[in-house]
Amino acid sequence: MKEYKVALIGTPNVGKSTIYNALTKNHEHTGNWAGKTVGFTKGKCIYQNNLITFYDLPGTYSLISKSKEEIIATDFICFEPFDVAVVVCDATSLEKGINLVIQTKEICKKVIVCLNMIDEAKKKGIIIDYDTLEKRLNTRVIKTNARDKMGLNNLLEAILTVKENPYLDLNYGPLNKLINNIIPHIKDNPLNKKWIALRILENNKHYLNKFNELNLINNLKLDLTEIENIDVSLEIVTNISKEVKRILKNIVIKKKYHHPKIDRILTSKIFGIPIMLLMLLIIFYLTIIGANYPSDLLFKFFSSLEDNFINILSYIHLPNIIIDLLVNGVYRTLYWVISVMLPPMLIFFPIFTFLEDLGLLPRIAFNMDNAFRKCHTCGKQALTMCMGIGCNAVGVTSSRIIDSKRERIIAILTNVFMPCNGKFPTLIAIITMFFIGLNKTYSSLSCALILTAFIALNILVTFIVSFILSKTILKGEATSFTLELPPYRFPKIWSTIWYSIKNRAIFVLMRAVKVAIPAGVLIWIVANIKFNNILILNYLTNFLNPIGTLLGIDGIVLLALILGFPANEIVIPIMLMSYLETGTLIDFANLNELKNILVLNGWTIKTAICFLFLMLYRFPCSTTLLTIKKETNSNFYTFLSFIIPTIIGILFCLLINLIF
Amino acid sequence: MKLCDLKINEEAKIINLKCNNILKRRFLDLGLIPGEIIKCVLISPFNNPKAYLINNNVYALRNDDANFVEVIYERV
Repeated sequence: MKEYKVALIGTPNVGKSTIYNALTKNHEHTGNWAGKTVGFTKGKCIYQNNLITFYDLPGTYSLISKSKEEIIATDFICFEPFDVAVVVCDATSLEKGINLVIQTKEICKKVIVCLNMIDEAKKKGIIIDYDTLEKRLNTRVIKTNARDKMGLNNLLEAILTVKENPYLDLNYGPLNKLINNIIPHIKDNPLNKKWIALRILENNKHYLNKFNELNLINNLKLDLTEIENIDVSLEIVTNISKEVKRILKNIVIKKKYHHPKIDRILTSKIFGIPIMLLMLLIIFYLTIIGANYPSDLLFKFFSSLEDNFINILSYIHLPNIIIDLLVNGVYRTLYWVISVMLPPMLIFFPIFTFLEDLGLLPRIAFNMDNAFRKCHTCGKQALTMCMGIGCNAVGVTSSRIIDSKRERIIAILTNVFMPCNGKFPTLIAIITMFFIGLNKTYSSLSCALILTAFIALNILVTFIVSFILSKTILKGEATSFTLELPPYRFPKIWSTIWYSIKNRAIFVLMRAVKVAIPAGVLIWIVANIKFNNILILNYLTNFLNPIGTLLGIDGIVLLALILGFPANEIVIPIMLMSYLETGTLIDFANLNELKNILVLNGWTIKTAICFLFLMLYRFPCSTTLLTIKKETNSNFYTFLSFIIPTIIGILFCLLINLIF
Repeated sequence: MKLCDLKINEEAKIINLKCNNILKRRFLDLGLIPGEIIKCVLISPFNNPKAYLINNNVYALRNDDANFVEVIYERV
């Protein structure tokens, strides 16, 4: 079996990941926003008894720039051994793609151009003369439509048969003389000497270090007076751009561009912000009304199985205490988490993914950037916040799209202010029980309204905290901000639903399940094991009671909030179990019963408000904290991400106690 | 005139980028190259940032950044 290594290169948002997924049968998510792929992934594909490994590189506008993604991509092409580079271009916007093709041909000898989204180009009335394009580029051009898996076999065929070309030798006008002066000083090596000379001329620190590391340059003294009057990077880009124009001359016919009218409304002065909040409201409303009944059903189903489990376990003569631990501890916590979390996620994630794939998220960032600018941070933080509503850990990872380290860390530290999916069921239950009243008409709508108001408050808190961080620990000015607003792309409904359920809902659920099992054991031990004839649970709650009272709650609630550290969704079950002293969890879906228990234990509206605030502003769950540690690589920032929301929550509660 | 002074739907030709190298690089990558035609297509609710059409792509730029791009009206 022959092996091939293929690098997939492309500007952001051209469907590179879609091609990668189709070829490798992988399921990287492909959102409609620039910077979706961070870092690079690899996957394998077998074609006609050949093993082809694909490397999906992050999207880049050029290969000579200095941002993180661009360095990852360029370093891969220059210094990693691979066979073929496939440059994926958007057929609806060829200039950008061909620009990258030319740059790739300067550093890579085997290049294939993959023109993706042919159908969209056709729809937009764009006509391309492919044969002439192929001739002028002197490179194979393959037409694909990755969404429908069209043209992929041709692409694979081309990968196996591509011929080697010499490096592209571009005319750099006034730089030519300087390049020729440098080239003799460069040792023989597989890289293109002209490309090395250009990097030296533009004084690219990253590559100068690399070249020194590899010992590629012989005592070269640059006479800087000669390039004093030349803007090297402008000259390089202008010449590449000239070449792009030459290649595309008279081979693309397209209609005049019309900006989608809907964008004017979505970003208008009057409607821009209200529409965004309205969309949030609708998502919550659908989630709440849709999740109620299935949650109840799942709960009843799982609890009806309980007796069977006990029977089976007794049949194999397990001691009673172990049966109790397994059924009342582990199994109940497990099905609690599943019945409470799964239905809302099955509704929320598909809607959210649909809006993401449609291309709405960058518009939200566009609308909100002004506020971020005033906080000296980046508008892309809005994108990470949107992702955070799904799951904070995902939100933290997506912060990689922010170039400046300072702005990225602010986005990471404030991400937890966006309540994640795991918090919703708890928040919804408390809001419904204490603020709206049970069995009222429009209760779902009012609940969605209150939830949206909380999100609005949290957005405000995000701004305030970001601002304070920018003025203190993470001092600095806002750097430049460029954000692509991609054209709307109507997603394929079924694959969106399928993807979001499989890779988001189930993924988050499985993670919750994993922590629910040990948490179930722990909860059972705390609630059932006695020490000097008093439950461990009682020791803990008595100890925490004074602090809890100070915060407007009690020791039990506080303990539940702390023990809920592994996952946000198990806070209420722990609380109820302690109140009832049953040593097990009880039915959550029956809100009437739930409210009775809480009221009997002294809950008032004030307790409910304090609890809501502590739930909204609490330390991130363990998964998110680990992700933050990984992304920031700093104990200090991880600690900050833990302490900031906690302090804010405590302050809110003290304030509420003061007022009431 | 400056790019950020373009009104909605107005077109202009880029003549110069008067900014530091990092930002210039970014602009050049996006296709903001002297000689190219650029058009203001969207203005965000608070007037900043604005979105511009260049080479069939739409990019949002903050006024503070667009301030560095010098343009002149293109006569049709």
